[in-house]
Amino acid sequence: MTRLRSRTARSLLLLAPLFVFLVWFFVWPLVGMMSQSVSDSAVLNLLPRSAGILTNWDRRSAPSAEMQQALIADLRAVQDTQALGDMVRRLNSARSGFRTLMTRTVSAVSDPAGPPADLVSIDKRWEKPEFWIAIADALSPYTDRNLLAAIDFGRNAEGAIEKLPPDQSVNLVIMARTFWIAALVTVACAAIGFPYALIAASATGWKRDLLLGAVLLPLWTSLLVRTAAWFILLQEKGLINDLLLALHVTSAPLALIFNRTGVIIAMTHVLLPFMVLPVYSVLITIPKNLMPAAASLGAPPWRAFVRVLLPLSLRGIASGSLLVFISAIGYYITPALIGGPGDQMISSIIAFYATGTANWGMAGALGVVLLVATLLLYSVYARISSEEPGRA
Amino acid sequence: MEHLVAEFIRFDQITKFYGALCVVENLTLGIEKGEFVSLLGPSGSGKTTLLMMLAGFEAPTSGEIVVNGLAINGVPTHKRDMGVVFQSYALFPHMSVGENIAFPLQMRGTARAEIEQRVARALDMVQLSALRDRWPSQLSGGQQQRVALARALVFEPRVVLLDEPLGALDKQLREQMQLDIRDLHRRLGLTIVFVTHDQSEALTMSDRVAVFNKGKIEQIGTPRQVYDQPATRFVAEFIGETNLVEGVVERVSGGEALVKLPSGATLCAVADSAVAGQTVHLSIRPERIDLSDSRRPGGNSLETEVTDSVYQGDHLRVQLKNPAHPLIAKLGRRSQEYPPGTKIYASFAADDCRVIAP
Repeated sequence: MTRLRSRTARSLLLLAPLFVFLVWFFVWPLVGMMSQSVSDSAVLNLLPRSAGILTNWDRRSAPSAEMQQALIADLRAVQDTQALGDMVRRLNSARSGFRTLMTRTVSAVSDPAGPPADLVSIDKRWEKPEFWIAIADALSPYTDRNLLAAIDFGRNAEGAIEKLPPDQSVNLVIMARTFWIAALVTVACAAIGFPYALIAASATGWKRDLLLGAVLLPLWTSLLVRTAAWFILLQEKGLINDLLLALHVTSAPLALIFNRTGVIIAMTHVLLPFMVLPVYSVLITIPKNLMPAAASLGAPPWRAFVRVLLPLSLRGIASGSLLVFISAIGYYITPALIGGPGDQMISSIIAFYATGTANWGMAGALGVVLLVATLLLYSVYARISSEEPGRA
Repeated sequence: MEHLVAEFIRFDQITKFYGALCVVENLTLGIEKGEFVSLLGPSGSGKTTLLMMLAGFEAPTSGEIVVNGLAINGVPTHKRDMGVVFQSYALFPHMSVGENIAFPLQMRGTARAEIEQRVARALDMVQLSALRDRWPSQLSGGQQQRVALARALVFEPRVVLLDEPLGALDKQLREQMQLDIRDLHRRLGLTIVFVTHDQSEALTMSDRVAVFNKGKIEQIGTPRQVYDQPATRFVAEFIGETNLVEGVVERVSGGEALVKLPSGATLCAVADSAVAGQTVHLSIRPERIDLSDSRRPGGNSLETEVTDSVYQGDHLRVQLKNPAHPLIAKLGRRSQEYPPGTKIYASFAADDCRVIAP
């Protein structure tokens, strides 16, 4: 027993670095990002006194003097101008007009001559419950605002969920575009990768090594380098257009860069190994004599292919497609460098929120939507692959 | 050339090279309709290659394959109408047993109702009707082999090619399948070409056996002919067990040769072609040797001494030593023991002693 326990302990010890690594660099950031998408303390941190009083407010009656005094005290205590900016932005997105109201109010309450007696004297709008409701709602540490906004929904003044107006709904369009580009890349990878894997699986010796090496090579070079290479190749005066013009295939250079075509070409190249390798690994397990057997039973080559080889390699094509699709929906660098403004994918939007506007909540929410979509897709794949016949 | 009239399949001067390696060398072989011919030989003797060329998986380097009067060299496999059973069965793993058997009929555009019937009949023939909806992976080796056989027979091909189909089965099952296949051959009047390296399998099942060695046919004949009258030393040694005794031909008369052994003893042997003064081998099958206390009149007798004897259930295997050659005798229905050192005579008829071409 003791020996057994010590062996278990030793195994756990060996696994510990991996465990720590996973938790530190994967689980924790993931949970952090996800919690960012639902947490919302920009207002609560700055308005602790108001928070204490607003919980008892009935959300209908006129704002009491107590509430106004608490808010004045909170605003006078604010030192961090960036946090103040965050709070104003947060409130303004819930109720437009807050920006001007808050600017005026903050400058008034921080008047060195002493704060005014109440807020209504600064601005009449403080009489209206709507603005107080917005503050009260924003005080909750949790919010579904980001998640709803990620799929172009929001809450109206009554708190009901409704679709955002078209000028504010861009996420679903980009999400659909992301899935569409990923689907096109997956189809292109399957169309190129399956015949390629077939040839590689039927080749022997150095030919097979060469074919597999050629497809593995992209995996051994940096994504940025590969994308930059496509940048050079696809230019208006790049190698591909020069060649097409020299061969008189086209009379004018083709638009291959800063558009959808370029993105799909470059992404297909980068993701091709993820299609070829799973398909290849399935193909080499298919007994070599099945195709001769089909022929001897009277099947012409194409019917033997459709009835025997194709169904048997579907498992590989499915797992290859899944790998390619899931990798493709998270693509960022390639569309950013090769695509035009209409080809940006969801990762670009996430990057925009995360690094451009420091809106971690939205970045996290879009990440959660992407994660959920990926997991759904994977569960569909797992269901399909477990139902495959003849493997019992 | 005397077979030309009745021959259904004819390999005419077939040669096959793989790179610089010659696997079949200038081979000519005729097979009659309804005949069961075994291609027997060690691995690498070219027997499987010949079958693959008949099925259309390989093309001969030179020579012609004629089926039913028509050269089929350029005909692709799927138009050859030959049922092939592979050593590893080659069942389609993603199709049920019934679908596997229906496959060749579907390829021929047979009507759905007829496919149903014929699949049912084929399954019945191999006694697997209950397993119609199983996957191949759920079957035992013997059952898979029966499915492969049913699949190769269901479309009534003009020739059935079997490539070591019983190699992966255990002994009892193999013997049962041998009898089953022979029975099917007789019932359906099939033309069967059967490749095997197992001599007992070839002898059990075939009308004729072609013994292959190094890309050539050493001998072709009925099982009785190749066993009792081996034409070459290779055939004598490959099929069954034999005693090979070296000697010099003293004289030949009327198909019989008198051969003198180095020990000075002389033996009378059947000889198709032998010249006086020639050094030859004599083949004597162990089970044709009798042991007796005294020299037998009117036959061959050699003075020997028992070195060992082993009881093997159905026979007693006795190792003998004489001045020229060690001999092995297999004795059936004998309770007598021969302790080592026993002096005894090994006797056999002149008919059971054959001169083998060197």
